[in-house]
Amino acid sequence: MSLHDYELVVGLEIHCQLATRSKLFTDCPFDTGGEPNTRVDPFTLGWPGTLPVPNAEAVRLATRLALALDCELQAHSRFARKHYFYPDLPHGYQITQADAPYAKGGAIPFAPGKALPLERIHMESDAGKTTHGVREGVSGVDYNRAGAPLVEIVSLPALRSAKDAAEVLRSLRQLVRWLGVSEGDMEKGSLRCDANVSLRPRGVEALGTRCEIKNLNSFKFLEAAIGAEARRQADLLDRGEAVVQSTMAYEVDADRTWVMRSKEDAADYLYFPEPDLPPLRLEAAWLDAQREALPELPGPRRDRYLAAGLSDYDAEQLTADRATGDYFDAVCEAGAGAKAACNWIIGELAAAMKAEKLEMVACPVTPAQLAEIIALVEADTINGRAAKQVFEAVFAGEGAPREIVERKGLGQVSDRAALEAVVAEILAAHPDQLAALRGGKAKLRGFFVGQVMKQTRGRANPQVVQALLDAAIAER
Amino acid sequence: MAAEFVGMGAARLAAAVAEGEVTAAALLEAHLDRISALDGEVRAWRHLDLEGARAQAAAVDAARARGERLGPLAGVPVGLKDIFVVEGMPTQCSSRMLEGWVPGYQGTHAQRMREAGAVLVGKLAMDEFAMGSSNENGPDPSVHNPWDLDFVPGGSSGGSAAAVAARMVPLSLGSDTGGSIRQPASFCGVAGLKPSYGRVSRAGMIAFASSLDQAGPMALEVEDLALALELLAGADPKDASCVDLPVPDLRAACRGELAGMRVGLHRAALGLEGLDAGVRACFEDAIARMREAGAEIVDIELPHFDAAVACYYVLCTAEAASNLARYDGLRFGHRVPDADLEVQYAKSRASGFGDEVKRRIMLGTFVLRADSYEAYYGRAMKVRRKIAEDYTAAFARCDLIASPVSPVAGFRLGERVDDPLAMYLSDVFTVGVNLAGLPALSVPSGFAKVGERELPVGLQLIAPAFEEARLFRAGAAFERLTPALRERVPPLLAKGGA
Repeated sequence: MSLHDYELVVGLEIHCQLATRSKLFTDCPFDTGGEPNTRVDPFTLGWPGTLPVPNAEAVRLATRLALALDCELQAHSRFARKHYFYPDLPHGYQITQADAPYAKGGAIPFAPGKALPLERIHMESDAGKTTHGVREGVSGVDYNRAGAPLVEIVSLPALRSAKDAAEVLRSLRQLVRWLGVSEGDMEKGSLRCDANVSLRPRGVEALGTRCEIKNLNSFKFLEAAIGAEARRQADLLDRGEAVVQSTMAYEVDADRTWVMRSKEDAADYLYFPEPDLPPLRLEAAWLDAQREALPELPGPRRDRYLAAGLSDYDAEQLTADRATGDYFDAVCEAGAGAKAACNWIIGELAAAMKAEKLEMVACPVTPAQLAEIIALVEADTINGRAAKQVFEAVFAGEGAPREIVERKGLGQVSDRAALEAVVAEILAAHPDQLAALRGGKAKLRGFFVGQVMKQTRGRANPQVVQALLDAAIAER
Repeated sequence: MAAEFVGMGAARLAAAVAEGEVTAAALLEAHLDRISALDGEVRAWRHLDLEGARAQAAAVDAARARGERLGPLAGVPVGLKDIFVVEGMPTQCSSRMLEGWVPGYQGTHAQRMREAGAVLVGKLAMDEFAMGSSNENGPDPSVHNPWDLDFVPGGSSGGSAAAVAARMVPLSLGSDTGGSIRQPASFCGVAGLKPSYGRVSRAGMIAFASSLDQAGPMALEVEDLALALELLAGADPKDASCVDLPVPDLRAACRGELAGMRVGLHRAALGLEGLDAGVRACFEDAIARMREAGAEIVDIELPHFDAAVACYYVLCTAEAASNLARYDGLRFGHRVPDADLEVQYAKSRASGFGDEVKRRIMLGTFVLRADSYEAYYGRAMKVRRKIAEDYTAAFARCDLIASPVSPVAGFRLGERVDDPLAMYLSDVFTVGVNLAGLPALSVPSGFAKVGERELPVGLQLIAPAFEEARLFRAGAAFERLTPALRERVPPLLAKGGA
């Protein structure tokens, strides 16, 4: 048999760091980066006598994410201690949620009509970071990250391809940023993924033995690691050997997975309810308010844009992040047509923002101003070329579009009589070219249009010029 | 001159300082004299902060000289069990494991005591990590009972009880996980309060069993406990289990009467094998006095009473094993260096913890194992609920429950060190209170013979959660019924201390 004879089954466990200013169980300030052990306090370091106190903002963000993923929020949930000895775990246990997570069910939508169903989401605190060899023979422990707020999203084993797994993670990253619950930065570790992989012969219902690949910190590696693990398992099965439930690591250079530890070596974490913390109660009224406060989500927004007549590509671009779509909506709200607004935003505006390295929220052109530029074009007050000049001026902070049009004299000339004179003058000045055009050299039309535009400093209405030219050529 | 104040209660001393009868500095020196005279024999103190205490006393006197309003404990010398974190003061929980650890933050209890003007004299001895009933567990010399130096002071807050009994300080703080304030209070003839779970912050109190631990005061007089609890109680942003409830006027409650109170009596427990006849007689005498004073004695049932000790030792060891996991020799305290991290953990913990602590870590680890969790921890949690329900049902019939504190008046140093199970079983009257989160008071009620010797015996009063006021009403009234008890002092004091 080959890989094609097996069906791949993948489930994900995704850790997402919440974008709070302080840690999950202490008001110790927290951000990524910083010199080692500068984001610590007595609780973070596990000093005797210190106690955990839940961070309300972390609970709010975790709730917001679970609501957006359509989970069932639990009125009562409970924290638990998970024990193991390691230098980067100052208390000797991690505070997590075991048998009573705050959210169950739900799904991560990752493509039109596709969603990965979830088992649960729970809150937990992060460990510190151990670095071996900070000096010769010395390992260093940095507790800055210790106690940072995380949610762990645990999916059902419902994916059938590595590509879908990467799509899920991309969609989740988009969503957490959209909601403002996390930076969602895989490089900085605010989004981390483990993948559970198993194979089963096609047509067989029962799941095969799974292996968990740890710490897949990019979309590319996630996809590649699942592929590599699937090949490893297929080889074993082909040889008639059993897959042993194990924790795997992925080696990027060799593009292969290897066994870190097997199930038999698995630690007993001595889970039990965290006695320092009362049960977490989420009140119905508060949950309703959180649900109310959710923004329109990427999926529904994409559908709305498609319904408004935009292409798949356009809808995709406008929903890449929440601010772009919000901006688009505001431009439309100010009277612009959807297609024109979209073209401006993903064209001129995106290019200008990129050149200036600006985020959408810092856009110097207000939606009303962009709508005004679009309206000026549609009213034939300015032509497309002038519109770009107006846009650049507004972007540079030179004022309102209409003012700029007047100040710079960019208003379009559509007056037939005025343009007729210009056309006649140009034709008279270039008799040879005119003859050639009349003789069938159609390309020369562009030449004449160009001359007219040059003469009018770009302000001539191109449609009127075309019509006048047609008439003049036909005259003979 | 100031020596005459030694032996007076905390409220009385604060008044004397406020009125200018005595300076805080003189008061402190008089108590320090008492400590140096007697502590060679009692060994209640682990650490004395002479410099710090003198500075605090001087600050109180200076504040008074400036005409400032003084706190309710201004100038009163107070001792803290070594389980309480005091910034800059060695805090070791009587364990080698915390050798050399000087906290870099202030605990809530020390802070609230200081804000009230108390002069923190130092740290009092205890069983290692508050695990024990005799003050014999740990690397330090045992504390001796001031009433009879051959006897234990009880535990784990034995130093806190002995220091008050020997009039070294009028007020001390202890902690109570399964009786650790009430039992030594009984053994040493002082009053001790275990507040409702959540009434007093646990921030700054080193954890033994988080769901059971409570800090509480120990003093010569019930009213001093009321004063101390008023200062200690109340929400703390550093402890999520500490409740935000108003603290009633507890000193006013001390002026109430026993008349009209219904006192519950769990008769079945008096048939307990191992309940000392003298202790039982003392208790029956106390009941008779309360009835005479107008209390109505009603019979109650506590159907799961017998399961409390087993339930307690499953839960407290589980939580202890977890809470003590942080002592790995890496960040603070005792370390036995080794190139191999696992070996270093093992060696540091094996040599840093004493036998009783290790016994409880092993028991706790066992009950939390995935394959024994349901049979032990899970079951004990269910029993705990039943026990709490028993008390709730009982309090439908009475305002308070009265019981002995300990089945015995005391035992000799060394007598029980090789029989941990007997030691555990002697917690039978106290652990249910912690499992149910209730407040309970131990108040001196008489004396009982232990062989040829005679030792104090306490009466335990238990109230529904957050009804400490009932304890103060009944406890202070009972105290007024037994004035002779206040006259009697440990023979040690007559010998030469005062």
